[in-house]
Amino acid sequence: MIQVANLFKSFRGQQVLRGVNLEFATGKITTIVGTSGCGKTVLLKHLNALYLPDRGEIFIDGVDITKLRQKELYEIRSKFGVLFQGAALLDSLTVFDNVAFPLREKTTLTESEIKKKVDSRIEQVGLGKMGAKFPAELSGGMKKRAGLARALATDPEIVLFDEPTTGLDPVLATSIHQLIARTQDEFGYTGIIVSHTIPQVFEISDYVAMLAGGIIENVSAPAEFCASANPVVQQFIHGKTEGPIQVL
Amino acid sequence: MIAFIGRLGQFSIDRVAAMGKMFNFLLAAFMLVFRRPAKLNLIVYHIKTIGVDSLSVVALSGFFTGMVMGFQGYYSLRKFSAESFLGSAAALGLIRELGPVLSAFMVTGRTGSAMAAELGTMRATEQIDALDSMAINPVKYLVSPRIIAGLIAMPLLTAIFDVIGIFGSYLVGVSMLGVSSGSFFAGIENSVVFHDVYSGFVKSISFGLIITWICCYKGFNAPPMATGVSQATTESVVLSFVLILVWDYFLTSIML
Ligand SMILES: Nc1ncnc2c1ncn2[C@@H]1O[C@H](COP(=O)(O)OP(=O)(O)O)[C@@H](O)[C@H]1O
Ligand SMILES: [Mg+2]
Repeated sequence: MIQVANLFKSFRGQQVLRGVNLEFATGKITTIVGTSGCGKTVLLKHLNALYLPDRGEIFIDGVDITKLRQKELYEIRSKFGVLFQGAALLDSLTVFDNVAFPLREKTTLTESEIKKKVDSRIEQVGLGKMGAKFPAELSGGMKKRAGLARALATDPEIVLFDEPTTGLDPVLATSIHQLIARTQDEFGYTGIIVSHTIPQVFEISDYVAMLAGGIIENVSAPAEFCASANPVVQQFIHGKTEGPIQVL
Repeated sequence: MIAFIGRLGQFSIDRVAAMGKMFNFLLAAFMLVFRRPAKLNLIVYHIKTIGVDSLSVVALSGFFTGMVMGFQGYYSLRKFSAESFLGSAAALGLIRELGPVLSAFMVTGRTGSAMAAELGTMRATEQIDALDSMAINPVKYLVSPRIIAGLIAMPLLTAIFDVIGIFGSYLVGVSMLGVSSGSFFAGIENSVVFHDVYSGFVKSISFGLIITWICCYKGFNAPPMATGVSQATTESVVLSFVLILVWDYFLTSIML
């Protein structure tokens, strides 16, 4: 279980998170929604301590990860797989080497075991023939899928997805959603998704949380979330310009 | 007035804090070189990149610098009827001063700026965060090998600059202006001592450190946007140039 308690973060005087309280259930998929620039990525980057909070705690299986030393932190981080917003593949490596990278650096698997695993991951995300290509030669959707293969390479317990479907066509978006649902079924990881692709992403989510104004406005199962009377939630899911969320 | 003093104070504090951060960065990069697993293949790879990238500009600028020294040296020395010392003047100037400094400038422009841009782009596209989140220390993986490679490649490039430069001044002095070949080389042999080569070596090795350190630091800490990358690149080149000249003065004054 991941527990975020009273998290505050600001950048040069700009308050981004103002007391986030949220729990992520083990083995479930929780989706975080919110307007662009509201701090979803910042919140996500706190979960594996890429950012440290100004105030507040994050407990993973009871351990407060904001107080760990480098070495312990790296141990916690190896439990995570992360799909970054822009995939963040290493430019200098091929797709195959990118997916193999965490295995080569962090495990004692032999090269033939790594090859088997990487090939199966690349196959799973539908990039079977793309292993030898460099990231610059891939389309946005292919990069996302390669990033997904890398995030899942180490059999992580927790996977963070930062806008896995933003900028993709609806068909590809659905296929990525199915991929997430299928791999989650298979491996049972705890999934945390940041997404704007509503309501489609709700189909694969067990819980939906809404971040607005630096706090969590609402967290509930997708059906209840859509039915929620909270004006912030209603404005967001119906995309209205009038309401408590200030636009421009 | 009070506000001005306050701003001045804040400015000084910010500068000192920034310097502290830069030194910590360098220290961390050095400590991590010795942490297992060793990244020998990366060090070799970056020596190759720095060397291959910069070799042609270093060779070309060495050749022309040497030829200019041939002309200028000849002009000055002729006033004392001492043209025969051309070889020794050119060799000393190149080995002690121009070789290390000018090849460091070339490497900064060719490789240092590319390093800053590459690391800045990796920061902006979250590749550095990705390394961190895979529990791979990005300083150890990206910075340490580049700094070590800079320490090794810079003296080699400088040596090439020196040799080609001396050849250039030989070409001008002996072939064009008629200084005798024998006195050219005898001058070099009689005047260049080990200490000259040693001081050039110390300079070039420390310039290699300055370039990779500054350029990696600026790129690694670039603000994560396109303007951040260009800003980091410009700043890294300017700061490297300035630090090279200041450090050169310092080393020259203590090693003379
Ligand atoms: N490293 C950083 N330095 C300064 N400001 C940042 C940094 N990361 C995020 N921010 C700011 O925090 C706010 C939230 O950003 P982000 O979490 O990326 O938004 P989103 O919800 O769209 O993912 C933005 O205003 C952004 O400018
Ligand atoms: Mg974001």
